[in-house]
Amino acid sequence: MKGANLGEFEELVLLTIAALASEAYSVAICDELEKYTGRAAKLGVVHSVLNRLEDKGLAKSRLGEATSTRGGKRKRFYEVSHTGKVALMKAKEMRENIWRNIPGFNLEGSI
Amino acid sequence: MKKQQQAAPPKWATSFLRWYCRPRLLEDLEGDLNEFFDRNVQRKGVRRARLIYVIDVLKFLRPYTIRKIEIFHFFIHWIMIGSYLKTSRRSLVRNKLFSLINIIGLAVSMSVGLLVIAILTDLKSYDGFQEKKDRLYRVITTTTEKGNANEMKLASTSVKIGDRIKEAVPAIEDVTVIRQGLWGDAKVNKGTFPISALYADNSFLKVFSFPLLKGDRNTALKDPYHLVLTEKTSKKLFGDTDPIGKSILIDTTNYVVSGIVQDVPKLSHLTFEALVSFSTADARKIDADLHNWASIWSNYVYVTFPKKTDPESIQPALDRLSKEENKALTARTIFISLQPLKDIVLGGKLSNNIGPAIAPSMIWVLGGLALVVILSACFNYTNLSVARSMRRSREVGIRKIIGAQKSHVLGQFMAESVIIALLALLFSFGLFLVLRNQFMMLDKHMPDLVALDLRFETIFYFLLLAVATGLAAGLLPAVFFSKINALTVMKDASNFKIFRRIGFRKALIVTQFTLSLIFIAATLVGYNQYKGLLSFDLGFKTDNIINIKLKGNKADLLSREITQIPTVKKVSQSMMVTSLGSMYGESFRYKMDSASIWQNRVDEHYLPMHNHKFLAGSNFKLRPEEGKESEIIVNQQTLKHFHIANGDPQKAIGEVVKIAARDLVIVGVVKDFHYGTLENKIEPVVFRYATDVPGGYLNVKVETNNLAATMEGIKSAWQKVDKVHEMDAKFYDDQIEEAYSQFSVMIKIIGFIAFLAICIASLGLFGMVVFTTETKLKEISIRKVLGASEEGLIYLLCKSFLVLLVISALIALPATYLFFDKVVLTRFAYHQPISVVEMLGGAFTVMLLAFLMIGSQTVKAARNNPAKVLKSE
Repeated sequence: MKGANLGEFEELVLLTIAALASEAYSVAICDELEKYTGRAAKLGVVHSVLNRLEDKGLAKSRLGEATSTRGGKRKRFYEVSHTGKVALMKAKEMRENIWRNIPGFNLEGSI
Repeated sequence: MKKQQQAAPPKWATSFLRWYCRPRLLEDLEGDLNEFFDRNVQRKGVRRARLIYVIDVLKFLRPYTIRKIEIFHFFIHWIMIGSYLKTSRRSLVRNKLFSLINIIGLAVSMSVGLLVIAILTDLKSYDGFQEKKDRLYRVITTTTEKGNANEMKLASTSVKIGDRIKEAVPAIEDVTVIRQGLWGDAKVNKGTFPISALYADNSFLKVFSFPLLKGDRNTALKDPYHLVLTEKTSKKLFGDTDPIGKSILIDTTNYVVSGIVQDVPKLSHLTFEALVSFSTADARKIDADLHNWASIWSNYVYVTFPKKTDPESIQPALDRLSKEENKALTARTIFISLQPLKDIVLGGKLSNNIGPAIAPSMIWVLGGLALVVILSACFNYTNLSVARSMRRSREVGIRKIIGAQKSHVLGQFMAESVIIALLALLFSFGLFLVLRNQFMMLDKHMPDLVALDLRFETIFYFLLLAVATGLAAGLLPAVFFSKINALTVMKDASNFKIFRRIGFRKALIVTQFTLSLIFIAATLVGYNQYKGLLSFDLGFKTDNIINIKLKGNKADLLSREITQIPTVKKVSQSMMVTSLGSMYGESFRYKMDSASIWQNRVDEHYLPMHNHKFLAGSNFKLRPEEGKESEIIVNQQTLKHFHIANGDPQKAIGEVVKIAARDLVIVGVVKDFHYGTLENKIEPVVFRYATDVPGGYLNVKVETNNLAATMEGIKSAWQKVDKVHEMDAKFYDDQIEEAYSQFSVMIKIIGFIAFLAICIASLGLFGMVVFTTETKLKEISIRKVLGASEEGLIYLLCKSFLVLLVISALIALPATYLFFDKVVLTRFAYHQPISVVEMLGGAFTVMLLAFLMIGSQTVKAARNNPAKVLKSE
């Protein structure tokens, strides 16, 4: 299944959702990503990735309560699904595996 | 801070987002954009924020956000049509008055639309039977005389084009040359019949699709003195016998019948009774200049291409050809171009046209008038529907509560108006059949121009018009109803603001009445002007004069017979009948000054009989034969224009002028008179002596109370002299009327439209008044109980409507005046002043009518017994 693979940006967004816990909605995710990566995260990009993640079943969403901000529109809160958690773990493991296999790699010399 | 709170993103962008976005994603996305907008307002200011918002909305237009087309919603309309029909029928029956006003108004106005559609489809389908219609072109000519800035556009061209065009433009498939001007009497065994034929060369039957029933298509028009008859002509001349190979004597020449073509369809710009081979024209030497480049007056050239070709693309080749040929000309330049077949009838009038042609502006005027009347009826529908919205708002409220969406309500009301329009179509179709006959009788040339038969195409357009009218009429009410808020309506219907759109409705009424007033004022002013044209002092007398076309008969013979009728007082001869629009030019020279001049050739009785006033000199003294004339009579303008004797009539007598290469002595000077129509300024005119001019007239002055008997007498005199031709005799005054018939047709059409417009506007006003008084019944009753007088109440009810009428009069009357003063009457060199009395009279009539409408209803309302009205609640 092609959709099961996790792209780099997808992984980042999914991690951010996890990090934000119960406050993960589109605008907040954008802000958070910007904070972590130092790059501007466009709403359009994030929005489409969120939509894709949900399609792949890696994230779940629900509508929050209406508030007076945002023109009275409700927020859509995201949450990492079980499959999403598994995918994140897998990605992490994969990376660590690779890291482990790099011989004599340390950062000391470069500092 | 507060200002920033108020700053909102552009509404249209939000609406657009809502329109395209999937409902599932919409709320969240809209919220997000809103949040960013608020942030941007803080950081970058309102304007930047709005811009970013708009860009973002556009950026989100992606495959995953766009909503799927909801087929289900679409189907609901189809499912609901039964329900729409039912509710429409109910509301039609419930509001009989409103339905009646709407249906009558729409039916009446649409009948005009139907007529225009029938005319347009007829004009459009001219020559549609030609198989090569898309690649058939006519060569037309633009010519300029040296020393004359005006160029002349001719439908005719030179025969030489036909000879040379294929060499200039090798892409041309076939060329055919036609020549007008074969009229004569065909003698066969059965008798003598007048016949009109076209000279046509051998490719004619290849270029045009006139199917040959008998004979050989390739050779029928090849040899000289061969002719092809139409089926009808063949029947007339030979009955049921086979005419092929038989001979016909036309005038003095014998022709052999070489083929029969199917009768020419009605909607064909070329019409003929027979085709004579073009080689005959050469063989008979009918014109020494026939193949001359400058002989461009009565020949027509048509070409076909193997496929549709842009005329522009071969224009350079044609220009080269024209330039090369023009080198030999000194007096004029001639340029040719191609005109597609479909533009021949609709492309406007060219000089020397063959077949009918109509100016495109005429079509716009017709269409415009129909549109105005239909719009007026649509206004009625819109106005009345919105006005009675209070009664239907509950229905809409309930529909909405049950689950109808905006689009459903919209659909319902649109469906209703379309149903009404279709009902109106039934009535208007009946009216159309009546109108069609009337229209055909408007002008005697009308039946030649259009057939107005019903075809599948026309019926389709009729239905289309009805649906379009329905949609146009129903759009505003439908939008209005679909925006109704269900809750407010259901809570308290009286709270519902029915008069919210009062300004809009008033504007519609003013528009309707302004148009009606313009039409009626235009009709009255036009009629007055038209009467003025007919009774204008032409400078000579035309009453009781009958002009008889000689048709080649000897004038002496006929006048001898006619003078024996006791009621005939005088008889004279003339080459032409003046003041009808036809003009005959001749070159004129006085000393060094030469120019073109208008002439009439008359006998010695003509001038006294027509009461032309001599300022000096006298009538012709000599009675010269053809070619030996020496006398001429001129008008004042001639003296002025050519500076003859300083314009003094007495001194001008005896001066010698040169006309048509002859020296003539001025023997008389007549007072200026109108040689052309009143559209032309008076120009130099001369009278020359002549009798028995070809194509001339016999002018007969009668003095009688019994015109019919005199006419009979003249007719039997004619039949003694000429047994073949029908007599063509008309009263001079009738001929003048005919010369201006286009204006009388115009006035009749506009008058009729005015009548319709007023009817429709009055109906609408009536409906509005009924409705307003109905809704105000309680108010009136209470006022009455409190002591208001009847007059006061009537004034109260009428006031607003009267103001509207006055406003429309103030717009309409000056507009009409300016239109006539600046546009219409500038065409006429001589006309009467516009009479303000008539315009005011028209306005007054309309006002009176409207006042009666308003008055009758308001008086009824004001006289109501208040106790009854108030008790019933």
